[in-house]
Amino acid sequence: MTPLATPLAGYLLVAALLFAIGLAGALTRRNAIMVLIGIELMLNAANLNLIAFWRFGPHPEALTGMMFAIFSIAVAAAEAAVGLGLVIAIYRHTNTTELDKINRMKG
Amino acid sequence: MNAVFYILAALTLAGGLATVLLKHLVHCALAVTVAFAGLALLFLQLDAQFAGFAQILVYIGAVAILIVFAILLTRGSELPKGGVFSSTWLVGLAIAAGVFAVLGWAVLQSVRAVPQQNAVPVVTVHDIGNALMGRYVLPLEIVALLLTAATIGAVIVAMHEKERQP
Repeated sequence: MTPLATPLAGYLLVAALLFAIGLAGALTRRNAIMVLIGIELMLNAANLNLIAFWRFGPHPEALTGMMFAIFSIAVAAAEAAVGLGLVIAIYRHTNTTELDKINRMKG
Repeated sequence: MNAVFYILAALTLAGGLATVLLKHLVHCALAVTVAFAGLALLFLQLDAQFAGFAQILVYIGAVAILIVFAILLTRGSELPKGGVFSSTWLVGLAIAAGVFAVLGWAVLQSVRAVPQQNAVPVVTVHDIGNALMGRYVLPLEIVALLLTAATIGAVIVAMHEKERQP
């Protein structure tokens, strides 16, 4: 059986690749906003997994995977708001958003 | 696997790659919007209409706008002198490649065991509303509380103006 013969495996591979791209962005960029964007990409990849398992799983009418994805979207929105608020507060304090220059906890 | 899936997957992954690789933060924000749109279209392709349109509303409508506002408020559109990647970028890249290798290996190993339900599920917004008000009402209330707390917290954190020393 070729790997992409099942549709679910294709979606899972796309989600894994997107997760790896988001992780690379979060780990390699210097700007705090880019780290948050990388985290958003990772959360979205997880949502794609949830929806794909819901679609191809045995009981889609139970709506479990769909509900999990919807709650995950809501929590990700809250996380983005708080994270970007923190970035703005840190910028006011230190005048930079580059993570390697934010190296002390005392103001 | 049809052609639409491949086109949407390529669009999403290209958006994600451009987000990580582009130099200007505003370009990154636009590229991540493309990735969010590709994911919403993938949700629609998976017959999850409600989640797809929620993705468009929440991510393209709210999160992308928030990111652009944060970039503009922090003068993030100026290029840093030391390059956009941190000095330990090779380690980060190796970790990401390792994670993808493990995930891809796991998916390819379990390709026989994954479920293959090919009948299109018939789920209306009516069903989703009933489930949200019935079985999932407690998580719904908790998410409502979380969103309220997060909104108030974000405003308080970003509003506080420190007295600057001359």
